Amino acid sequence: MKNIWTIAKREYDNYFNSPLAYVVAFSMFLPIGIYFSIIMFASSQQAAYGGGSAPDNGPITWLFVFLLIFLGPAITMRSLSDEARMGTLELLLTAPVRDFELVAGKWLGAFLFVLTLALVTLIFPIILNNYVSPGIDLKAMVCSYIGVILVSSTLLALGVGISAVFTNQFAAFFVTLGLFFFLWFMVSLPASYLPKGGDVFTYISLSSHFADTMNRGTLNLSDIVYYLSLTALGLFVGTTAIEIRRWR
Amino acid sequence: MIKVSGLTKDYGARRAINNVSFDAQQGEIVGFLGPNGAGKTTTMRILTGYMPPTDGEAIVAGYDVVEESLEVRKRVGYLPETVPLYNDMVVFDYLKFMGELRQVPDVEDRVDEVLEMVALGDRSSGYIGNLSKGMRQRVGLAQALLHRPEVLILDEPTIGLDPGQVVEVRQLIREIGKERTVLLSTHLLNEAQNICDRVLIINQGKIVAEDTTENLQARLLGAERVIVRVRGDADDELASTVKQIKGVRGVEVKSDGAIEFEFASGKDLRPEVAKQVIKAGYDLLELRPLGMSLEEIFLELTGPDSKRK
Repeated sequence: MKNIWTIAKREYDNYFNSPLAYVVAFSMFLPIGIYFSIIMFASSQQAAYGGGSAPDNGPITWLFVFLLIFLGPAITMRSLSDEARMGTLELLLTAPVRDFELVAGKWLGAFLFVLTLALVTLIFPIILNNYVSPGIDLKAMVCSYIGVILVSSTLLALGVGISAVFTNQFAAFFVTLGLFFFLWFMVSLPASYLPKGGDVFTYISLSSHFADTMNRGTLNLSDIVYYLSLTALGLFVGTTAIEIRRWR
Repeated sequence: MIKVSGLTKDYGARRAINNVSFDAQQGEIVGFLGPNGAGKTTTMRILTGYMPPTDGEAIVAGYDVVEESLEVRKRVGYLPETVPLYNDMVVFDYLKFMGELRQVPDVEDRVDEVLEMVALGDRSSGYIGNLSKGMRQRVGLAQALLHRPEVLILDEPTIGLDPGQVVEVRQLIREIGKERTVLLSTHLLNEAQNICDRVLIINQGKIVAEDTTENLQARLLGAERVIVRVRGDADDELASTVKQIKGVRGVEVKSDGAIEFEFASGKDLRPEVAKQVIKAGYDLLELRPLGMSLEEIFLELTGPDSKRK
């Protein structure tokens, strides 16, 4: 287990060594900041005319997760594919490290990086809390952020898993992006057209477990199980891909 | 320390190594010689636990490389041929990272120690990406030595080093080889001759010879070849004088004015030849045995028209 932490620590430090991390952070915070300003402006306008409702953190956490669909693949694309391309995978695979520990360490490093980004966005709820009276619904906010953590964990585990399959980082990027896009937007589409059994597709959808429940302040066990099992699936795919690499 | 029997590895339909068997004792430096694509790297990768063999068994430091891969990997230091390193890391941080993965106690002190061993102490805070090829090679070697491994597997350890560094690294390997087992592959035959106690010659996935360099020479030649040089150019008269001596065969006048001949190893005919040459009125300048170089042995064994395959 100590190996997971060693690998995660290097991975985390490595994000801040590369320009990619700063590009990702910029692409994350700029839209969120603009969106937040617009919300603040619009709600204060409405309030001046005596209408509208108090803003909450919901739009911010939703936008964070939405942007992660596009930025997540960029965060994980290099994690294992680049090790394979540079040959450093040979060093890691001849060190006394289990294949699972390697994949889990890579995932944990990326996860901690995204958690750092999420931590920065806490500034928006804090501002809101001082801005609205009698303050925002803290329980709902915590619930939203649990959702952010779970969705991040899932997306990054799937991303790292796919990265382990490829040696080319761009191949990893596009396959990951495609999968995220499918799981977020497309898979729930048939639900509204089918007379019966459409619920299955809604259940598979990544967005339904976050946007419809956790981000509105309701915490369901089924949503937590959904995200944890997809995280496990991602790590399993990654570990298997590394094992297959050994046999080839 | 290393015991390999019947090791076979297939890449799809291609057989990379075929029924390779050998062993290496503690305190022994074994050289792995062979042309490109002979299976040296494949064998080493199996021994380091990087990939499993298709067939056969390999025991390293007392553990099976397939069944107890993690135990093997704890006890083996490995320098891959391509010397993979993280270019965007600082030398010290990189070695510390590898040391932590290998659970080296007091890792920071040990990193400093190893950096001194490979003469890189002054570059420890520099980025790996800025190092020369020779320095990268030494960082790779430092990484392999970090955890004081019982078995050291080095794939082309001196490639890309300048002559001074080659001497230093060889000295270092010899030092390590006194109490540990070292298996190294090389293209440089004089390197094998220089530092290895024993040489394995591998060609097309099979071991074609295994012996000390001296024994290999003697075994392949079966005879000793001697060069005779006299003042002025040797002529046919001298050649016939030498030819008349009993036991001498294969007399040849070389273009540089010397004469070469051979005799069956065991009975030294040099005193007799010297006597006859002087008696015939020549000024004898040189009478020198001509050892077969490892290069020649190598070509003999691995060449396309090898007789002894």
